[in-house]
Amino acid sequence: MNDQTDAARTSPIRVLIAKPGLDGHDRGAKVLARGLRDEGFEVIYTGLRQTPEMIVDAAEQEDVDVIGMSILSGAHMALLPRVVELARERGLDDVLIAAGGIIPDADITALKTAGIDEIFGPGTSIGQIARYFREHARQASA
Amino acid sequence: MPDHADLLGEVASGQRRPLARLLTRIENGDPSLRPMLPQLFAASRGAHLVGITGPPGSGKSSLVNALTAEWRRRGRRVGILAVDPSSPYTGGSIMGDRIRMMDHAADRDVFMRSMAARGELGGLAATTWIAAAALDAAGYDPVVVETVGAGQSEIEIARLAETTIVVEVPEMGDEVQAIKAGLLEVADVLVVNKGDRPGADRAARQLRAMLSTAGGRVARQPPPILVTTAIAGTGVAELVETVDAHRATARSPEMARQRAVNQLRRALASLAAQRAEESPAWSATVDAVADRDLDPVTAAERLLHGP
Repeated sequence: MNDQTDAARTSPIRVLIAKPGLDGHDRGAKVLARGLRDEGFEVIYTGLRQTPEMIVDAAEQEDVDVIGMSILSGAHMALLPRVVELARERGLDDVLIAAGGIIPDADITALKTAGIDEIFGPGTSIGQIARYFREHARQASA
Repeated sequence: MPDHADLLGEVASGQRRPLARLLTRIENGDPSLRPMLPQLFAASRGAHLVGITGPPGSGKSSLVNALTAEWRRRGRRVGILAVDPSSPYTGGSIMGDRIRMMDHAADRDVFMRSMAARGELGGLAATTWIAAAALDAAGYDPVVVETVGAGQSEIEIARLAETTIVVEVPEMGDEVQAIKAGLLEVADVLVVNKGDRPGADRAARQLRAMLSTAGGRVARQPPPILVTTAIAGTGVAELVETVDAHRATARSPEMARQRAVNQLRRALASLAAQRAEESPAWSATVDAVADRDLDPVTAAERLLHGP
């Protein structure tokens, strides 16, 4: 009971769920959005086919704590580092940036070096992702 | 904490990140903003506050997207607040209004913000009207507020907005739906969207027939009825002209006074609740009501007047 009361009193964590690039499959993104909603997050879903510019524009206006990107197309090495770069240009340094979908293990180190904070592969539970966001998202501005 | 004048200056100069941060603090009810509110409202430039409401799936977001395109063609900078429901159980929310508004994603003269209702039941969040003032101070005009998908009585928007657009669809139902009290009554402009579907003209006729026999506010100020197809942009230029023309009506002293009454009531209610909760008698009073030793009305009176 106490947990619920406390959760109701702090401001919800705001998460942008985005689909960068041209792949047209967003079942995973929607399942995650729904799951995070049930975990008490405020989720803004951008819809399909977002450019890195659109994602960072949305993150800036929505003042989100987390950008979560789902990508299945194989274009992750081109698109994800560009999102990090643009976010830094706009001063969104304190925004957590995570990705999921189909990303080969061989690319993970390079993506993390490029500034992606975490990568969630197939089989990750929504609970794991929610826990990671709660532990690593910036504290609500007071 | 940055100086309030500095922050307002950054917002007024059109910087997006300071505005976004300010909106977050407003949404979170950050108490350190309280001293800044007089300056925030004083910085208002008199933006036209336009509300859009209607049932879920009637095309509110698509219509906002189309209206924004038309206003941009006319050189206006558009601010948008899109409210979506929060879960009553987890407090979580999914906000999907950006999906329909992608046309303006790269436009620096459109600022679009999603707001979760956070427990409010009238179709808006408690802080939406303050957020609208912030967009006004940032130079956006019009400021468009899209409500939660409305049923029949989520009419809070009509108390906030200068011009309220109610969006219906051809399948809205029979004549009895059109004469029910509530949502339809608060429209300054009525729109039948999805005008390319069968029955759109019939729905518009039914609404006209309803208005022709109505009394009260609707008889005094009969709202124009327009048919639009938001995804094709059909009828949208006419809608913009109708909404812009309503601005003068909305600014009559009588209507301005009515809005002031509504804003004052809202501010009073939240201030009174906040003061009461801070009072030393709060906890004991809650216990007394829970134990049925005291009725809630008397309890509220005592909290207002002090011990």
